Amino acid sequence: MADTAALENSKKIQTLRKSPASHLGAAFETGSVAGVVELREVAFLTMAGLRVDPAGEAGERLGALTGGLPAVSGEVRSGGDTAVLWLGPAEFLLVAPAESHESLGGSLPRTLIEALGDGQGQVVDLSANRTTLELSGPQARAVLEKGCALDLHPRVLKPGTAVSTAIGGIPAILWKTSEETYRILPRASFAEFLGRWLLDAMREFATPEVP
Amino acid sequence: MLLISCPNCGPRDETEFHYGGQAHVPYPENPAELTDREWAEYLFYRDNTKGIFAERWLHSTGCRQWFNMLRDTVTYDIQAVYPMGQLRPATGSTAPTVTTPASPEGAIK
Repeated sequence: MADTAALENSKKIQTLRKSPASHLGAAFETGSVAGVVELREVAFLTMAGLRVDPAGEAGERLGALTGGLPAVSGEVRSGGDTAVLWLGPAEFLLVAPAESHESLGGSLPRTLIEALGDGQGQVVDLSANRTTLELSGPQARAVLEKGCALDLHPRVLKPGTAVSTAIGGIPAILWKTSEETYRILPRASFAEFLGRWLLDAMREFATPEVP
Repeated sequence: MLLISCPNCGPRDETEFHYGGQAHVPYPENPAELTDREWAEYLFYRDNTKGIFAERWLHSTGCRQWFNMLRDTVTYDIQAVYPMGQLRPATGSTAPTVTTPASPEGAIK
């Protein structure tokens, strides 16, 4: 089948592609302090930008596929292995595993585009727009607090919250996925800067604390 | 640094926002009928208020939405944040009255 051949070819091409912070992979490994604060890149996540009125008919059709659309700043709606982040009153970002992309045999974002149909709104494949850096560990909050003005205290920023803000002076989405894990989504061109910025901020935790 | 309460996102640092100039400047009904002077005044002439000033702001690093704000240009006190298209809310008497600046600070004598 032609489709299968195209898919095989597409999978072959995927092995050649490079993620925005791939050249920092070794630095992330040496810069991570096991059990204290660790940094890695989660490459090639499937992302789709949704611009639709959540209360409208098209918004309901998209929401049915994604497990609902978030209603307020910070809210993340999950449906299966996908998550929808709130970026604005009518702007959302869908994040899904890399394999969900149609070029790897998945169905995104085609199913969303089909669900939107002629409806008022927009579904755009943004998988290459941002990359994902995952910062985890008990000191992850201390690292972020050096460059993020938001209140990151767990009392305020709960797991399962994503906010669009500035980290280290650049715009990025900060997504707290669990108590000690943060996903940071900078645009691809900022990946190197933010990666190195985080490495620098993590450096003090590699040495024992001076009392 | 101002701490601005975005109507969508809550309080955020001023650096996340962009200033959009004076609010409530209506587009002329018939731009073609204006004289050059009136058109230039619409384009370029803005109030330079000392005290409460209605201005537009954009939360560019957050929700990317515009909103209006009443800010005191003397004290930087933010009096109100309200959506685009809404009329300017009435301000209380907290506005500082500018009284006879006999010798303005920093004035060269």
